[in-house]
Amino acid sequence: MRLVRRHILSAYAVLALAYLFLPIAVVVLFSFNNPRGRFNYTWEGFTFKNWTNPFGFPGLSAALKVSIEIALLSSLFATALGTLIALALVRYRFKGSATTNLLIFVPMTTPEVVMGASLLTLFVNWRIAQGFGTILIAHILFNISYVVVTVRARLVGFDRHLEEAAMDLGANEWVTFMKVTLPLIMPGIVAAGLLAFALSIDDFVITYFNAGSTVTFPLFVWGAARVATPAQINVIGTAIFVIAVSGMLANILLQNFRSRKGALAV
Amino acid sequence: MIHRRKWAIPYLLLAPGMAWLLVFFVVPMWYLAKMSLSQGLFPFFSFGWAWGNFRDAVSSYQTQFIRSGEYAGIATVIALAVSYPLAYWIAFRGGRWKNLFLLLVIAPFFVTYLIRTLAWETILSDNGLIVRILQDVGILGSDGRLLATSAAVIAGITYNFLPFMVLPLYVSLEQIDHRLIEAAEDLYASRARAFARVTLPLSLPGVFAGVLLTFIPAAGDFINAQLLGTPRQYMIGNVIQSEFLSVRDYPTAASLSFVLMAAILVLVLIFARILGTDRLTVAA
Repeated sequence: MRLVRRHILSAYAVLALAYLFLPIAVVVLFSFNNPRGRFNYTWEGFTFKNWTNPFGFPGLSAALKVSIEIALLSSLFATALGTLIALALVRYRFKGSATTNLLIFVPMTTPEVVMGASLLTLFVNWRIAQGFGTILIAHILFNISYVVVTVRARLVGFDRHLEEAAMDLGANEWVTFMKVTLPLIMPGIVAAGLLAFALSIDDFVITYFNAGSTVTFPLFVWGAARVATPAQINVIGTAIFVIAVSGMLANILLQNFRSRKGALAV
Repeated sequence: MIHRRKWAIPYLLLAPGMAWLLVFFVVPMWYLAKMSLSQGLFPFFSFGWAWGNFRDAVSSYQTQFIRSGEYAGIATVIALAVSYPLAYWIAFRGGRWKNLFLLLVIAPFFVTYLIRTLAWETILSDNGLIVRILQDVGILGSDGRLLATSAAVIAGITYNFLPFMVLPLYVSLEQIDHRLIEAAEDLYASRARAFARVTLPLSLPGVFAGVLLTFIPAAGDFINAQLLGTPRQYMIGNVIQSEFLSVRDYPTAASLSFVLMAAILVLVLIFARILGTDRLTVAA
């Protein structure tokens, strides 16, 4: 009976994973499609030409460039701002920490349309022209909360004795922070940065409200979906997928390697 | 505890990030609130306690509000049913490969949201494999379709917000001390009973967080309805989006946004009350 149950659960998990990967398989498969018309919805034959010519569609490479720039800048800023907030929240007791927590939490539970709409209202009121800058502002905003939550999780499990030991050995607070605290919470900060990058490069809704005439990759896909869906979209989508997943895979393998080496158990 | 006397440090650490949140989250919400009570035509709106906006918004778009609640609710329940066993399996059977399995769960979501949804459009399309199989076994009529139905939109929403369900569930299941379950079994609880009385209650914070993180974006979504449905499947997100960006009736769109937020808040509070205990909100 127990054996049966074990296998039922495993079979269910495999089915669930298959469900998760079904559309991804379609995306990858159709990146090799050779569509006859403007839409890439039915299988017409195998070709490598989309892969050898990934930017062979007007506007695609420009949109991708904008997306990468915004993802880099917004994840950098949000990670810095969010890490400082997380440090304050975990390390210090202060008046207003409950309000701070609330202000971190609420943006994550606000529907994206509402957040996008409120920013649009702000920019219209302040007569700020929409474009690269407003997209960047919006992306930093929605990323901060996720960074705080990620870094905080790392800080909560932190052994304070290591810092005390450093100070006992004569290091001042700044040196202790730079040589002990920061290296130890670095994996959390890196994870937060990667999460922020991923959220930014994937965001459509908030960007859609605040882009003006600037086009990011998701906006390009949206615009394209109405008039044509070039297979190059699938190529870029597959490429982002492969890069992101291999990065995370490398991170997992590296951590397994480190923990086997028996480095600092944090 | 050397830090305690340096009261200014936490505020200095907070200042830049919180300033960003204040200026670009709190202030915009205030402008949105003002807009929801304004009148006029783009780009000339004037504030005037126009409570009628709310009445008009709700009465004109009641259908879309109810539909959003239904679609998001059904999608959340299905997502929970799919995710719980999966998260359980990874947490309890994953062993050394836990992180790898977790990566497998998250990996599909590194394909851009819109591309994923377009892939579903391909999968569910009229001459796709699934429609043909369903037609052959007679579940769908010979001219039956999946695309442009409520089912397609709900399926898309379920899929697209799945990681928001799996991850919190996994985190809460993974933290459970296995000795508690063993203790229950030592005390002659059957496996089912041990699950119902120990594992399930301990995982409720994860269920709460997962339901919240899935339902909220699902209720405000407009992409799935737009790409997989027709105007007959449009949700409140579609209305807000087009009122803002096409019609440019900002006051109506702003009041719709606030009604959506209020409705979500009420549902979340009811749900928290049902699950009981205030400590759940801490986990979320």
